[in-house]
Amino acid sequence: MERHGLRSYLVGFVLAVVLTAIPFYLVATHALPPSRIMYVIAAAAVLQILVHLRFFLHLNFTTTPRENLLAIAFTAVLLFIMVGGSFWIMIDLHYRMAL
Amino acid sequence: MNANVTAVPSHHQPEGSDAHDQRALGFWLYLMGDAVIFGLLFMTYGIMVGNTAGGPSGKALFSLNNAALETALLLVSSTTFGFASLASRAGNRPAVLSWLLLTFVLGAGFIFLEIREFLGMIAAGAGPDRSGFLSAFFTLVGTHGTHVSVGLVWILIMSGQVFLKGLSLPVTSRLFRLGLFWHFLDIAWVGIFSVVYLPGLL
Repeated sequence: MERHGLRSYLVGFVLAVVLTAIPFYLVATHALPPSRIMYVIAAAAVLQILVHLRFFLHLNFTTTPRENLLAIAFTAVLLFIMVGGSFWIMIDLHYRMAL
Repeated sequence: MNANVTAVPSHHQPEGSDAHDQRALGFWLYLMGDAVIFGLLFMTYGIMVGNTAGGPSGKALFSLNNAALETALLLVSSTTFGFASLASRAGNRPAVLSWLLLTFVLGAGFIFLEIREFLGMIAAGAGPDRSGFLSAFFTLVGTHGTHVSVGLVWILIMSGQVFLKGLSLPVTSRLFRLGLFWHFLDIAWVGIFSVVYLPGLL
C-alpha cells in the first residue's frame, strides 16, 4: 500500500520532469520551427496535466467517487463553452474590424 | 456511505470516513470553481497577449531561467507534499512535519522568485498599467501567486495542528484537502508556463 503510494508520486514526478524539460529545451535551443514548438508545448502541457491528475491527485475510474468525476467533466464542458466561445467571438470581431 | 457497516475493516473510523468524503467532495467542487476562474483568466490573457500598446512584449520581459526555476520549485514541492500525505497515512508525525516544512520552504522560494520578477518588471516601467497584455499577465500570474501564498499560510496552520494535536482524524482530513489544493496549484502553473512564458519567449 505505502510502497504503491510512494511509487505513484515518484512515477508522476519523473514523468512531469520529462514533460517539462522537453518544451523548455526546445524554447531554449529553437531546435524546431516555432510553429512546431507550439504544438509540442501544447501536447506536453495536456499530457502533464493528465499525469498530475493521475499520479498526484490519484484520479482514476475505479476508486474516485463518481460525483468527483462528474464535477470535473462538467467543469471541462463549461470551460470548453466559455473559453472556446470567447475566442470564437473575439477572433471573429478582430477579423471584421480589420475589413 | 459505509457509515453503518462497522464490520468493514478500514484504517479510518467509519463515521469520520463519511464526513471526510463529504468534505472532500465539497472542496473538490470549490477547486472546480477555481479551475473555471483560471480558465477564464487564461482566455483573457490569450486574447490580450498581442495588445502591448507600444510597450514591451513577453520576449523582452520574461526570463526562461526564472520560469524554469519556479517550475522546478513548485513541482518538487508538489512531490514533497505527496510524501507528507504518505507519512500522514503511516501515522509518522515527525516525517509529516519535516515534509510539510520542506514543502513550505520550496513554495516560499517560488513566491520569492515571482515577487522579484514582478518588482523588476514594475521598476522597468512594465507594470500592470502599461498595456492590456501586462494587465492580463499580472492578473493571471498574480492570482496564481496569491493562491500559492494562501497555501503557504495553510501549510503553516496545518503544521501547527499536526504539532499540537497530532494526526487525529480531523487533522489528517484537513491535510488531505490541503494536498488537493497544493497539487491543483501545480496544475495551474503547468498552464501558466505553457501559455505565458514558453510561447512568450518563442
